[in-house]
Amino acid sequence: MKMLINVPETVVSDALRGMAAAHPELTVDVENRVIVRRDAPVAGKVALVSGGGSGHEPLHGGFVGPGMLSAACPGEVFTSPVPDQMVRAAAAVDSGAGVLFVVKNYTGDVLNFDMAAELAEDEGIQVARVLVDDDVAVTDSLYTAGRRGTGATLFVEKIAGAAAEEGQPLERVEAIARQVNDSSRSFGVALAACTTPAKGSPTFDLPPGELELGIGIHGEPGRERRAMMTSGEVADFAVHAVLEDLEPRNPVLVLVNGLGATPLLELYGFNAEVQRVLSERGVAVARTLVGNYVTSLDMAGASVTLCQVDEELLRLWDAPVHTPGLRWGM
Amino acid sequence: MLDAAFFRRWMTATAVSVDREAERLTALDSPIGDADHGSNLQRGFAAVTAALDKEAPATPGAVLALAGRQLISTVGGASGPLYGTLLRRTGKALGDAAEVSEEDLAGALRTGVDAVMALGGAAPGDKTMIDALVPAVDALGEGFGAARAAAERGAVATTPLQARKGRASYLGERSVGHQDPGATSAALLVAGLAEAAGE
Repeated sequence: MKMLINVPETVVSDALRGMAAAHPELTVDVENRVIVRRDAPVAGKVALVSGGGSGHEPLHGGFVGPGMLSAACPGEVFTSPVPDQMVRAAAAVDSGAGVLFVVKNYTGDVLNFDMAAELAEDEGIQVARVLVDDDVAVTDSLYTAGRRGTGATLFVEKIAGAAAEEGQPLERVEAIARQVNDSSRSFGVALAACTTPAKGSPTFDLPPGELELGIGIHGEPGRERRAMMTSGEVADFAVHAVLEDLEPRNPVLVLVNGLGATPLLELYGFNAEVQRVLSERGVAVARTLVGNYVTSLDMAGASVTLCQVDEELLRLWDAPVHTPGLRWGM
Repeated sequence: MLDAAFFRRWMTATAVSVDREAERLTALDSPIGDADHGSNLQRGFAAVTAALDKEAPATPGAVLALAGRQLISTVGGASGPLYGTLLRRTGKALGDAAEVSEEDLAGALRTGVDAVMALGGAAPGDKTMIDALVPAVDALGEGFGAARAAAERGAVATTPLQARKGRASYLGERSVGHQDPGATSAALLVAGLAEAAGE
């Protein structure tokens, strides 16, 4: 497997050095692995801090900036960051208005953020937490770690980030973040496994004529393997899986998300099929975002996330945002 | 009686075996996790030995507390908080005594294992590190060698189980047939204890 890296051990810090060079509007602490918007702490504003394993770029570091995250902590590839990083991030961005931790539902992320919240509160920082768990492919939550957090993380970070930007208090920003998560569902499909730098070979074996339905974003296999399907058939399967769990009465935001190795040509084609299925099911679409946003290294495939929005959530979604990975209105 | 030097030997022996077995741990983590358990623990225990060299805590409890803090600060993932909590809570239960008995250690380790179960929500049979730690603590009354053998048996016995906690749980039935990497590294920790005792 060929990769554009030096050695696996420095993949994350090398990327952070490159990110710092490309984005002078961010403060990138390569040694401590914390990415902070340059103007933080912003007086009177609730700060949003997120983080997780590396390998999902632009999530989360690429979503740091006005209108979205205040800071992000990247862990090792697919490994949660450590509490020290989160506390450092919280201290760097807290203006006294409090910090919201946006946590994806994986055991490591949950445990480390919980420990960080305790330590930050010891330092006098007010911390709230929202857990993102949107992946409908995990059906038997009683016997698993629960639904994974995937594409909805982007919706939570953008919408709650906008609420914080306009000066809403911590409890309100937290409530909005929770509402976004509760209104969002995702389903992902892989055409090929990803390769972690440490391992150097695909994380699972997927024969050329087959695809995995219901995958997560860490190279783990999905809930079902089938013979290769067309884009339209995949859209039918994925959207129906989401709508089995979410029956939107309001219009939805649509995220057609690439997992890292699928070109936009395919993603746009897939989006056309997703929109067809939504229209057949009578679901109104408010906004659509297509691209590689919540990736899984070089995994081929895509995920679909729907978020049911009321007028306020839609207004916050449309609010200006200026980050490396998402930028509009400013 | 066991003094601070004994506990340092325990941590050092574990660091050496984690270093030696890192590739095997990562290979075990590959089919049911994300193939980094070995490298993550290697980084953590390297930090533990470096910190112990620098600070030289005077009591058994302080050695384990420092080791636990280092693991939480360097490992990440679920293993960092879980192993860190195990050592910190065990160390806390040992208190400030300069020397502790084997019975004290057995009791403190049980407190530590209970704390890990509370933190991770795992019970025996969930295919986690608990499946090596609980039998080891149960066997500690018969000596360190017995605890090592029990932990090893517990780790091997995770192979036919279906994972219910952590990332492996997402695989459902597909997690069956693979030895759990967390139970395997937990067995290394218990083996390090036996080694420190010269067994």
